[in-house]
Amino acid sequence: MTQLALVIDLNVCVGCHACVTSCKEWNTSGAAGPLCDENPYGADPTGTFFNRVQTFEVGQYPDTETVHFPKSCLHCEDPPCVPVCPTGASYKRKEDGIVLVDYDKCIGCKYCAWACPYGAREIDEKQKVMKKCTLCVDRIYDTTLPEADRKPACVMACPTSARLFGDVHDAESVVSKAIRESAGYALMPEWGTHPANHYLPRRKTNLKIHEDELERADNPLKVDGKLPKPNKSDPTLDDVTSW
Amino acid sequence: MNPALSVIFLTTLIGVGQGLFLALFTQQSYALFELLPHQDARFYGWGSLLALAFTMAGLVASFFHLGRPKRAWRSATQWRTSWLSREVILLPAFMGMLFLYAMSHLSGFNPVLVSLPSGLVIDVTVVLGSLGTLLAFALFVSTGMIYACLHFLREWYSPLTVINFILLGGASGFTLATLYAALFAPTQTNFLDGWAIIITLLGLLGRSSSLWRNARLKPKSSLQTAIGIKHPRIVQTAQGAMGGSFNTREFFHGKSEAFLSTMKTAFFLLTFVVPVLLLVVNLSYPSILLPGVAFVAQYVGLLAERWYFFAEANHPQNLYYQGVS
Ligand code: SF4
Ligand code: SF4
Repeated sequence: MTQLALVIDLNVCVGCHACVTSCKEWNTSGAAGPLCDENPYGADPTGTFFNRVQTFEVGQYPDTETVHFPKSCLHCEDPPCVPVCPTGASYKRKEDGIVLVDYDKCIGCKYCAWACPYGAREIDEKQKVMKKCTLCVDRIYDTTLPEADRKPACVMACPTSARLFGDVHDAESVVSKAIRESAGYALMPEWGTHPANHYLPRRKTNLKIHEDELERADNPLKVDGKLPKPNKSDPTLDDVTSW
Repeated sequence: MNPALSVIFLTTLIGVGQGLFLALFTQQSYALFELLPHQDARFYGWGSLLALAFTMAGLVASFFHLGRPKRAWRSATQWRTSWLSREVILLPAFMGMLFLYAMSHLSGFNPVLVSLPSGLVIDVTVVLGSLGTLLAFALFVSTGMIYACLHFLREWYSPLTVINFILLGGASGFTLATLYAALFAPTQTNFLDGWAIIITLLGLLGRSSSLWRNARLKPKSSLQTAIGIKHPRIVQTAQGAMGGSFNTREFFHGKSEAFLSTMKTAFFLLTFVVPVLLLVVNLSYPSILLPGVAFVAQYVGLLAERWYFFAEANHPQNLYYQGVS
């Protein structure tokens, strides 16, 4: 079974919000209608987003790290938001594990948002239906796009490649490898939601240089030993050349 | 959570309706076993219609909670998995039963179905009343389970949630029944009054237990599990929006601790203390005013209680919305 998901590398995310704007641009322009904003240029702008980047400061000055934390629906394998929906508008697709909302069925009761521990769902205050990340389901299967572009808009936009996309049930996929090799983890594992999206932790990038690496292995001086020191009376390079 | 007025009114109003019906049918059951005098059919009939009026008001309130009320019919489709869907089915079913029960009493269409050898006479109203009782309890359970099934909302994730919905709805219904009897069947006042006191006191016990439990909950989620970084000191500096979002509006009540404790004191006094005192006095000095004031006080108290019920639930998503700078 396929379970599409994102893997987000907190080690390289620089908090530029390119994924946020790219997501908003793609998903506000699609057939499902806009992601409504209110007061976009006013004092208290607010609006519907699928994806937000938050920032946390970890540690005590001066030993702090700033961690940028992109947050969207995690497409849980056991999504608590789905069974509570009274209309069946919220569902999880069998074929690829994407959790979606059918905007034509949703009555905007917000019960699913209460049932998501991650706060990943936002009501569209104008259309009065629940919205959330679709993993760009209207893009990843679009055969009119070049193969390389059939990825979620956020993944395409990320300048540091902090966002990987693929099937976490396929052990050989780039996401599975990243989770395996870079200690990928899930958020709030205590609620048994089994999020499909994973995060890669901060890692220290150390360059370890051994003493013997400081000299060239093929250094001719090393092979032949040092040339004898010229005698005091011998001409030096400075004496025989004029440059 | 941020308490929504529509849901506060929905749950309290249908609670009154359910409780009032249970009170009426309790009296009829006692009468069936000849423990109490059988009342005039109009007593049960109009009482049931009064209960229907309360549930209707609740139903109207619920529509204000929906973004797309025109599609509300769809919410009856997922009864296999969703307690909300079950409530959506049970509420109209219960209302229908209230109507049938009232009509059977008022129209006089009440043929005897069976006469048991013990001398018990089962007529149509007894059958309808029993079905109504089942539906009333099923409705209480589904309303309570809407909240009690969300396991990370730990303040709600407890059988006490369901028990309290039953007890508090029952208490307000029996108090209203006391007033109703004081007006139209004074001989039955003390019977209903006594039950109203007992159920209110049980409600006090149930609600105090849940407050006691909730005060001792240790959070399972922390900012560390929320973002998966194991460091004791993490401070949020941005939450992705500065003008607020659905997440900051829906899940925070935005009131001070002082306001919360005022609400708590208010609902304790109004829901439990005041009505019990008035109802106790009413046992010896019956009047219409005492149960009247008791019911109004208790209903207002329940509005505060329900507000507090929502406000006290702490959603784990709030961990992601702790600060902007
Ligand atoms: S992150 Fe929330 S909205 Fe998304 S699948 Fe999980 S529970 Fe549902
Ligand atoms: S808001 Fe829409 S998707 Fe969510 S539970 Fe209600 S009907 Fe279902």
